[in-house]
Amino acid sequence: MKQEYTITVYTEDRVGILGRISTIFSRRKINIEYLNTAPSEVPGIHRFTIVIQETEEAVTKLVKQIEKQVEVLKAYAHKDDEIIWEEMGLYKVSSESITEKVKVERLLHQFGARAIAIRKDYVVFEATGHHEEIDRVIRFFEPYGLIEFVRGARVAIIKESTGFHDKVKEFEREQPTENFEITDVPEDQSVFSL
Amino acid sequence: MSTLTKPNTEGKQGTATVEKVSGSKALLEILIKEGVDTIFGYPGGAIMPVYDVLYQYQEKLNHILVRHEQCSVHAAQGYARVSGKPGIVFATSGPGATNLVTGLADAMIDSTPIVCITGQVFAQLLGTDAFQETDVINVTVPVTKWNYQVTDAEEIPAVLAKAFFIAKSGRPGPVLIDITKNAQTQLFEFGQYEKCEHIRSYRPKPFVRKEYIKDAADMINSAKKPLVIFGQGVILGNAEAEFKKFIEKAGLPAAWTILGLSALDSDHPLNVGMLGMHGNYAPNVMTNECDVLIAVGMRFDDRVTGRLDKYAKQAKVIHLDIDPSEIDKNVKADVPVWGDCKETLPLLTKLVDKKEHKEWVQRFKDLAVEENEKCINKELNPATEVLSMGEVIKLINEKTKGETVIVTDVGQHQMVACRYAKFKRSKSNITSGGLGTMGFGFPAAVGAKLGAPEREVVAVVGDGGFQMTLQELGTVMQNNIPVKILVLNNDYLGMVRQWQELFMEKRYSFTLIKSPDFVKLANSYNIDAERVSSRDQLDAGVEKMLSHKGPFLLEVKVGKENNVFPMVPQGCSVSEIRLS
Repeated sequence: MKQEYTITVYTEDRVGILGRISTIFSRRKINIEYLNTAPSEVPGIHRFTIVIQETEEAVTKLVKQIEKQVEVLKAYAHKDDEIIWEEMGLYKVSSESITEKVKVERLLHQFGARAIAIRKDYVVFEATGHHEEIDRVIRFFEPYGLIEFVRGARVAIIKESTGFHDKVKEFEREQPTENFEITDVPEDQSVFSL
Repeated sequence: MSTLTKPNTEGKQGTATVEKVSGSKALLEILIKEGVDTIFGYPGGAIMPVYDVLYQYQEKLNHILVRHEQCSVHAAQGYARVSGKPGIVFATSGPGATNLVTGLADAMIDSTPIVCITGQVFAQLLGTDAFQETDVINVTVPVTKWNYQVTDAEEIPAVLAKAFFIAKSGRPGPVLIDITKNAQTQLFEFGQYEKCEHIRSYRPKPFVRKEYIKDAADMINSAKKPLVIFGQGVILGNAEAEFKKFIEKAGLPAAWTILGLSALDSDHPLNVGMLGMHGNYAPNVMTNECDVLIAVGMRFDDRVTGRLDKYAKQAKVIHLDIDPSEIDKNVKADVPVWGDCKETLPLLTKLVDKKEHKEWVQRFKDLAVEENEKCINKELNPATEVLSMGEVIKLINEKTKGETVIVTDVGQHQMVACRYAKFKRSKSNITSGGLGTMGFGFPAAVGAKLGAPEREVVAVVGDGGFQMTLQELGTVMQNNIPVKILVLNNDYLGMVRQWQELFMEKRYSFTLIKSPDFVKLANSYNIDAERVSSRDQLDAGVEKMLSHKGPFLLEVKVGKENNVFPMVPQGCSVSEIRLS
């Protein structure tokens, strides 16, 4: 059964690594729903957050293929209940309709939105939350003429993760140790490649 | 860039300044330090500075000018597979680089260590659609283990060190380094070259987990009907001796994939033959009867497994592999044994009980007798007038006593050669397994001869595949490479024709292929050649080919519509193998 997985990948910061990772998905005709790539907490190491709909078996294999890339340090896959995640939406709305018709207080309180730019002709609001929460704000604005909308890719914190500083130290060792090698995936456990 | 460290030139003694050299010169010096003696290549605009320096290095580096860049990779593959050393390729930008793709794809899927150096347009011209500019890095992403574009000569030492380390270590594979023309001519302080032994993001060998070794040994010790299936991992890990000890101690019958062929003597009493679509009867049938299936350095290719949902379902599977992504990829492993089989096999051998599975092994022998009666005998000792491919291979076996390197192309002759050729030494069978690249055989044989000059190398090719790369006769002529070319000519693209006969009611859609006069063709390249069309000429023809001092082409006209059996038809289970 297909379900949503968030794949977290730690890579060296190098030209071309995005292409190497994306071909792993495109070769198997798997669509990437969200892709975020940005520097991680460790200097020189990038963190990718990739969201796809797939079966557990397919995801397990994908994670191994990603880790096989020379410049990938580690890849993990998690189901939604194993992570804390957020998406962001930015909404540009005409100032006129906002000031006249919208109950801005309701917007701010109910959706946790905030205005981040106020101009004569438009106002930009920001909201964060899960996919449906961002969608709800779109629906709220639609009657008042939403001029432009953009959604930021998912970012996710792994509940069990202890960060990556210690893991990098393990990678820098010449010889692998027991702490840090691939283990198999017991059928009853979550997909966790460490 | 942040991952590449520049060579440390500080702390050098005295006031002597480090000599400045060009990127091209540094490249060639590095190749020598990495033990390279042979390069397969083709010059062109964007790699001319490298070739200009190469002119001064002809004593140290033997450059073989091929006739098409694809063949430079195949030759490098032949060289690598026979010698165990990485094969080196030079090509220019644009078309030179794109012509490498088939070879790279072949090397990638068959895990062959190759280091390709391609020239590239000047860095400032990147992305301008300059003359002979192709985005070779992106083109080759799916067909390389690693690739990198060098735009500054200072990067060359660290990048080349990484390239060699990555190509050779772990599960080997092809690496491509694209060097812009400005970096080739740029002068820089080369300093000391240090080989790469560790990359933090790259674990060539997984940590060996003792608990799984123990589990595997327990499973083998309690098995009544164990079967070992092995692949190229045994050869790539130089673990032939360790493998033999393992199967001999536990008394395990062992069957091979075509890339595993020659890792175990053909005549070893526990060698039960070839797996897969055109493999032997016994190992295919017994795969679905064994209770423990022990896979060593193989990847369960679909040509080996046939229909997956009916593959060894009754068996517990132990999978030894250096590449963690192979475990559970096609066949679920009950016990995964990650690691280099050079390390894991001795650990396993220590824990397994000394045993002989006499009755079980005898069943393989019984099925082999059946296969021999119904199938093999017809191929090796045909009662018909037309020659069979099998009898030619049998003759080579008799005359060379299993000491020859056999390089095959792709198709019927490949299956026949792999089925019937006998080997006493490892690294003796070179073939395009995963990609099935027609045209591979002849250039790979050229490379193999250079990688093992002391050994006899016979390219066994079909009339179709040979015509894809026969321009390399020019390479053989120019360098006088004493390779033997055996063309098994059936006037058809035989394997496709066989499928058309069996599954498409003999609609021979574009499989009839005309050939030039191969003897005259070889002669026009100053290569001696002969044609054999009847049985009474065969012995003398093969003898002449093998005893000839220089290169030689022998064309044997074989039965036009002969089929390769046994066969596991596509979509069938391995135990549904057909003997006729």
